[in-house]
Amino acid sequence: MQRLRNVGLYRRRRFVNSLVLIASLGTTLFGLFWLLWLLWTLLSEGLRYLNLSIFHQATPPPGGTGGLGNAILGSIVLTVVGILIGAPAGVLAGTYLSEFARESRAASVIRFVNDILLSAPSIILGVFVYEVVVIHMGHFSGFAGSLALALIALPTVVRTTEDMLRLVPNALREAAAALGAPRWKVTIAIVFRAARSGILTGVLLAVARISGETAPLLFTALNNQFWSHSLNEPIANLPVVIFQFAMSPYEDWQHLAWAGAVLITLAILFINILVRLFLKTPKSRY
Amino acid sequence: MKTDQTFEHAMNTSIQRGVFLDKLFYHGTRIFAWAVLAVIVAILVSLFHGATPALRKFGLGFLVSTAWNPVTEDFGALVSIYGTLVTSVIAMLIGVPVSFGIALFITELCPVLLKRPIGIAIELLAAIPSIIYGMWALFVFAPLFGDYVQPWVSHNLGTLPLVGALFSGPPMGIGVLTAGIVLAIMVIPFMSAVIRDMFEVVPPVLKESAYALGATTWEVVGHVVLPYTKIGVVGGIMLGLGRALGETMAVTFVIGNANRIHTSLFMPGNTISSSLANQFTEAVGEMYKSSLIALGLILFLITFVVLAAAKFLLFRIAGQEGSRG
Repeated sequence: MQRLRNVGLYRRRRFVNSLVLIASLGTTLFGLFWLLWLLWTLLSEGLRYLNLSIFHQATPPPGGTGGLGNAILGSIVLTVVGILIGAPAGVLAGTYLSEFARESRAASVIRFVNDILLSAPSIILGVFVYEVVVIHMGHFSGFAGSLALALIALPTVVRTTEDMLRLVPNALREAAAALGAPRWKVTIAIVFRAARSGILTGVLLAVARISGETAPLLFTALNNQFWSHSLNEPIANLPVVIFQFAMSPYEDWQHLAWAGAVLITLAILFINILVRLFLKTPKSRY
Repeated sequence: MKTDQTFEHAMNTSIQRGVFLDKLFYHGTRIFAWAVLAVIVAILVSLFHGATPALRKFGLGFLVSTAWNPVTEDFGALVSIYGTLVTSVIAMLIGVPVSFGIALFITELCPVLLKRPIGIAIELLAAIPSIIYGMWALFVFAPLFGDYVQPWVSHNLGTLPLVGALFSGPPMGIGVLTAGIVLAIMVIPFMSAVIRDMFEVVPPVLKESAYALGATTWEVVGHVVLPYTKIGVVGGIMLGLGRALGETMAVTFVIGNANRIHTSLFMPGNTISSSLANQFTEAVGEMYKSSLIALGLILFLITFVVLAAAKFLLFRIAGQEGSRG
């Protein structure tokens, strides 16, 4: 009798278990289904409209022919300037958190705020830069766009820099200090060098993150139908062009939007894969 | 004798220089660390400053008013807040179980050979910008959803009492429900990566002990993994919620941009971020712009609270890791 009950219990436990495992497999397939569908449409639609003229012609008026050249150039300019502002600031801030203020109260407050900034809605940063820069300059500008992107890159770089510097063993710092090197030299010549690939990872991931950001550019860099490389005026950029063209009723504009979307995605995936293949990936991303 | 003195002198200047550069380096890095704090304070101050005219005119009534009329300059935040919350709730209802299942699959079920590829695939998908999700939703998902799924849903569920009202109305493809589903698809990679990382924190010894006692996989997850990681899992979910609340592009494409609250989820609506994305550059007049900034302030405060709670929970599990593991 006891034995029979045990067999029944065992069967029920096995049954519940396989039910849950099937559900788990099901959810994984469900999740992958959407994402593969998305990638498939993106590639099949995007590659169809991708050709050489996309790279060297400016965005067309509706009905005209053209490419995305000015938007690609603008995006590169915005991203480069954004990362040139955001990355050094982020590396220095991360250095402070890891090397000088590790367990202090101030460091934990800054760390907390940094993590909030990391996940804060990017559109808010756009509103902020609009309030602080665009209103005072009196017009939209590439500089404002870069600044908004820098503010998004900053927390990513702070976080990875700190994590990576913390991985450097203290014995290295002590050895350098014992040889008489001042603190700044220890940090720059020893710690930075040991954590070089980690810091680079953080910067590259920040590049990948900001190159697809759309919301903060809507009211900072705006858009520009023509070639422009001045940071003092509105500048064309891929994400905003994609947004405007995709929402438009013109079919040739929508085709260009697909081509732009596939370009951005490939660039971002390329950076991410590069980082995973050649560099140390940070353990935590949030 | 003389060489000794010059040597000593050189030593001293070198040490002094080292001390000076040390100070410079220390304060240099410190300024940038505090700049992070300054940024968030500056964001709050500037949003408050920009929102002041609207908040002064409408007061707390701004939060519960459904008005949005640029002509008469009468504005309220309720429709956008409602849209933000409803789309995020839909995203969480779909996204949380699915992410949980995926994390479970990767950590406990998946053949070792597939573990890394699936993990990397999910991390890569989390890196795809949201505008791509939005665009795909607008061109591919919404038309199919409107043609095939919505008519079926409203036919089968639309007649039920209570729930029926949520699923009635014309099948347009775009709308609050579509936005919520797209949001779910977008946060799934992120949330499953976070939950998987949590599951992997559990010391193998604990799981192996449970398996050795004859527990099934589900029992190990339910009685060992989940109790060990529950705070962190909740933290990860909140992090996903924070993303969903503030997400702009994935939603803006498919929400329909209409300032009305409907009982039906098929109808178009608005979220705070989509209102900002659609109207901010075109807003003329101080009150219009100020009301939009006030919306931004509300969004910032909501996400701040959610993210702070998430950080608090994740911080607690990080503390546990040291003492228990």
